[in-house]
Amino acid sequence: MTGGYEVERLLRELAPQVLGILVRRFDGFDICEDAVQEALLAAALQWPREGVPDNPKGWLVTVATRRRTEMWRADTARRRRELSAAALAAPQPEPAPSIDDTLTLLLLCCHPSLTTASQVALTLRAVGGLTTAEIARAFLMPEATVAQRISRAKQRIKGSGAGFHLPPPDQLATRVSAALRVLYLIFNEGYTASSGPALHRVELSTEAIRLTRQLQKQRPADGEVAGLLALMLLTDARRPARTGPDGTLVPLAEQDRGLWDGAAIAEGVALITHALAATPVGPYQLQAAIAAVHDEAARADDTDWRQILALYDLLNRVEPGPMVTLNRIVAIAMVEGPAAGLRQLLAHESDPVLAGHYRVDAVRAHLLELAGDHEGARAHYERAAVRTLSLPERRYLRSRASRLVTTGPGPAARVATRPE
Amino acid sequence: MKYLILIYRNPQSREIWENMSPAEQAAGYDAYAAFTEELMATGELIVSEALADPSLSKRVTVRGGRAVPTDGPFAEAKEQLAGIFLVECDSIDRAVQIAARMPGAEHLDVDVRPVLHLAETEP
Repeated sequence: MTGGYEVERLLRELAPQVLGILVRRFDGFDICEDAVQEALLAAALQWPREGVPDNPKGWLVTVATRRRTEMWRADTARRRRELSAAALAAPQPEPAPSIDDTLTLLLLCCHPSLTTASQVALTLRAVGGLTTAEIARAFLMPEATVAQRISRAKQRIKGSGAGFHLPPPDQLATRVSAALRVLYLIFNEGYTASSGPALHRVELSTEAIRLTRQLQKQRPADGEVAGLLALMLLTDARRPARTGPDGTLVPLAEQDRGLWDGAAIAEGVALITHALAATPVGPYQLQAAIAAVHDEAARADDTDWRQILALYDLLNRVEPGPMVTLNRIVAIAMVEGPAAGLRQLLAHESDPVLAGHYRVDAVRAHLLELAGDHEGARAHYERAAVRTLSLPERRYLRSRASRLVTTGPGPAARVATRPE
Repeated sequence: MKYLILIYRNPQSREIWENMSPAEQAAGYDAYAAFTEELMATGELIVSEALADPSLSKRVTVRGGRAVPTDGPFAEAKEQLAGIFLVECDSIDRAVQIAARMPGAEHLDVDVRPVLHLAETEP
């Protein structure tokens, strides 16, 4: 199946364009979306076998239009008695407009009336061109649940009265930032250890990068869009070095940096450098800048922690949050020593957002390890392991704890944290 | 985040249920159906199931590679797992809110358990 992968890529690329054309022609986002999904499924079966048609987009538009008409007729027949006779006349197809509707689609899928989980599922299907089955596998959920979630989400959008057009200019920034959040969630969800059930998982992080890249082409002047794309590229670049042969996480400081993806790093650095110089600063740009500083260090010991600390100071002002507080404390420890970090931790641990968070224990464990207190470090790694909800992270924290048991007290360990 | 909501019944809740009139029981089923429907509409429900009577359960013991199913000791237990809801929502607070609205919750015991996920870090 040499063509299978190529066909898949082509279909995902075309999916939002075809959907945009249909919605503009016929209105009714919900039925059009179902019709496009069926056209994509038909193409996925037919094209690898019979070859890609000369005009793949036209083929998809034709098949989706036919399916949409059938669905519309079935739907109309059901509601015939309720509807006026005028509604029975099929709308006249109009020539396809040449504008790219992908952004409109993305913002519609990330509509504020939807729950986050619904936004994610709908975005992956309508904008990403994934099938319901692929989305279900990726999120380890029953296919029927995902199908239902998507159809309910579409009903909800319909009920909200949102039309197929860009939001008014005064709402655009907020709506784009909601979409960025969804894309980042998809990216993080896909950022999993490549073992076990991951075998059949759609590469969600690759998909998130593709969609963010698409968005960046449409909003080239938006620094936060560029920032998020850079952040994803700079993080994903480390993926080959992130897991050991046994599938456990390898912390940043211990990764074989020769395995990092140099091209992705170069692209991410270029993006973030330009964004920081040309646009107002924002949280994604700052996180990307931090990732860039890490990625640019040839060895862990070369990391410019002063610069990272300065960036966290800024981030703390722009968008404070528990992770920023904790990562900033690690940066303080790296610049001023573990004792300074532990003092800061003590000062912050009763902040309501941090109280009881497993990460407080993880950071304390790390700082204690740096300070040479292996017994204390082990206890806090264990506590953090019990409290985290992430399976890979739990495995990682347990391995840190058991390592301290086997090596016993000794010289202060190397930097072993994973703030990124 | 996914949360498993576990619903337990106890002798009192059993007695209350069994003393209900058929109409009251039907209303109880309807309340569950409406509740499930509502969770589907928000997109938060992944799956929900009601469990058959514990007397129908088997305990499977594997020893020396041999699986030995036996009738479970569950029938004697006071608290019985009666059903589950697997939901996906943004926080445990929301999951607790859902659990608290479980029809009949006044007489049942309801636990909310966070589910481990495969992403490398927590959002």
